Amino acid sequence: MSLVKLTASALAIAAVSATAAAARDNVQVAGSSTVLPYASIVAEAFGENFDFPTPVVESGGSSAGLKRFCEGVGENTIDIANASRKIKDSEIQACAEAGVKDIIEVRIGYDGIVFASQTNGPAFTALEPADIFNALSDKVLVDGAIVENPYQQWADFNADLPAVDIIAFPPGTKHGTREVFEEKVVLAGCEATGAFEAIMAKNGGDKKAAEKACISLRTDGKAVDIDGDYTETLARIDANPNGVGIFGLAFYENNTDKLKVATMGDVMPSTESIATGEYPVSRPLFFYIKKAHIGVIPGLKEYAQFFVADEIAGPDGPLAAYGLVSDPELAATQTAVEAEEVMGGM
Amino acid sequence: MTDATANAAPAPKQGKHAGSLFDADARTKKRNAAETRFRAYGLTAVGIGVAALIMLMTSILGQGLPAFNQTFITLDVYLDEAKLDKNGTRDIEAIKKVSTFGYAPLIKNAMAAKVDELGISFETFGVSGKDAEAMISKEAAAQLRRFVIAHPDRIGDTVEFEFLASGRIDGYYKGRVSMESAEKDSNVTPGQLQLADALKEGGALSTHFNWGFITMADASENRPEAAGIGVAMLGSLYMMIIVLCLALPIGVAASIYLEEFAPKNWITDLIEVNISNLAAVPSIVFGILGLAIFINYAGLPQSAPVVGGLVLTLMTLPTIIISTRASLKSVPPSIRDAALGVGASKMQSVFHHVLPLAAPGILTGTIIGLAQALGETAPLMLIGMVAFVREFPSAPPEGFFDPASALPVQVYNWTTRADPAFVERASGAIIVLLIFLLCMNFLAIVLRRRFERRW
Repeated sequence: MSLVKLTASALAIAAVSATAAAARDNVQVAGSSTVLPYASIVAEAFGENFDFPTPVVESGGSSAGLKRFCEGVGENTIDIANASRKIKDSEIQACAEAGVKDIIEVRIGYDGIVFASQTNGPAFTALEPADIFNALSDKVLVDGAIVENPYQQWADFNADLPAVDIIAFPPGTKHGTREVFEEKVVLAGCEATGAFEAIMAKNGGDKKAAEKACISLRTDGKAVDIDGDYTETLARIDANPNGVGIFGLAFYENNTDKLKVATMGDVMPSTESIATGEYPVSRPLFFYIKKAHIGVIPGLKEYAQFFVADEIAGPDGPLAAYGLVSDPELAATQTAVEAEEVMGGM
Repeated sequence: MTDATANAAPAPKQGKHAGSLFDADARTKKRNAAETRFRAYGLTAVGIGVAALIMLMTSILGQGLPAFNQTFITLDVYLDEAKLDKNGTRDIEAIKKVSTFGYAPLIKNAMAAKVDELGISFETFGVSGKDAEAMISKEAAAQLRRFVIAHPDRIGDTVEFEFLASGRIDGYYKGRVSMESAEKDSNVTPGQLQLADALKEGGALSTHFNWGFITMADASENRPEAAGIGVAMLGSLYMMIIVLCLALPIGVAASIYLEEFAPKNWITDLIEVNISNLAAVPSIVFGILGLAIFINYAGLPQSAPVVGGLVLTLMTLPTIIISTRASLKSVPPSIRDAALGVGASKMQSVFHHVLPLAAPGILTGTIIGLAQALGETAPLMLIGMVAFVREFPSAPPEGFFDPASALPVQVYNWTTRADPAFVERASGAIIVLLIFLLCMNFLAIVLRRRFERRW
């Protein structure tokens, strides 16, 4: 009986493999988990309103998405990579080597990064980059000298902050959010406290090394990297009244009943304050399209156009309602997508 | 001498009942105490296991059961010809041009009409028309559009629809949202909750069993209330079909050869060791293999159940081979000898006598292997099945090549989402997954009981 089954299944496999060559008719997207909710909202609306099938959206992180994007051209590679940061030169190079030459860059809007704590916890309602640097960096400036971070409580370096033990949950290094956190908060705090110059003076003006020293976080258990998603950060905050978590604005907006947000440099994070640039910690979100796939994969260009259309990515669209800060230059993006403008300098 | 010691040992004579079997001596007491202690340890161990199971089940059932119920709002929607078919031609292409955004005002009007009908007003609750519209799921516009495209002749009529209530309103009736939390929540106001209560009193809002959770596809983060496990269940089913059709024949053929025909030498020993090793390899390794071989080399599509099925087949094969070999081994050699003795060939003895007797064991092993494959997420991550898939795969065999999700993947996806409503749905999906596993294990037990032979 097993021989019969074996032959039958072998035949079945052969038969279906033959049909596998048929063209893929759905758009395939992968990349940043920050962009994923937006991409899935758009994919859903796209599938509802067009005759094309709903695009398949995977997550996995910006770097992983771009890596797969750069694997080559063809039906079994993805069409679009979502990214919460700009594509790197090294990635463009890798793409070009694999034959992915014409890449269309689309900026969909901005995302803010907020600091929030439990609603019942102590009041972390006003933070400055300098506070975050003092609390979390492994080396800080005390009385003109760079020393191992001695602070145990927030009040140790800023009397306005609550006298509770420091515990913070920054995103892990595989997140795109981490980069923005390091650059716009920790590094800014490093410069604001004067630690940056002190380190520069010490190492003989090596800017790169000083930056690197600035953003290295303390490892004594006060800064706990979260490699999972924001839900994990939220669970940690729930269990720890003194904890301060770092979230995307959209996540915070969906959990305002559980979280208390802190201002950064006296500015309240909101879609408005991020759009005007007042709120300092924000970053643009992108997706990248393979031009070679336009016209081959049905619905690819329509999906991209639909994504940046006013009714979707505009200030009153569903993306803004979810927490995306819409791009003031959306009209320029729309024309760029329409004209299939590829990235320059290639 | 032996007699002397035997007599001396159990009789340390003291007191008047000395030597009675009812009166335990010190050593017997010690042994009995040791046994009692061991029983207590065993009971504690079982107790810990049961407690863990109860904790897990209460937590999952407590969080997940509400997912099977959903709050609905019934509205009479006037399908406005001026909005849906401006030219009045009923041309389906023209009707399709109206996007879901064009349908939103109809729902808003229907909501206002309902509130009027019940003799209440938005102002009483401090809600605007827009807030009231937000109480209905964003899925409603899509539902309306699908209906109009399917029945263009109904344009101009007033039709009754049952819409999903938005996730927060639904959460209010499930205890996830309260008046206090609504005050701090940017997605819902206490006014909306009061209006919902008023609608419930008026009979327009009701909570009942939600088939949609089982049949509908995944939904985006804007509409957790519309998310279902339909696509994931189909994807899992397709993968199980592939695993069953491939792993069972290959596994059984391999084990029969190894057990009955293969010469016993170092090569078969090596194969045996490797099969046992493969059974212990972490499943993610099979995912990497699947990506390299099936997608990059063979060019099979991404996110497709066929690739998932092939990967899981590789993962299940060792389990099936090991259990099949064990059940073949347990068939007494006398049966083979008797068959060979009356003149059967080696193959006849195996297929006519040994295999039927080993069948219950083989089936049990296969079903347990399948159950293991059903709950696997890690290998699927690399072949693109951990994804947002809304399109239902078509019927097999073409459907094997369409993108699909899988049940454990859906659970994983939902637990990472921002909206708290997804936590409930993730637990709901776990319940469905557990029911599937329970059914499969039950089937394994039934098959074994039914066909088991004792010697």
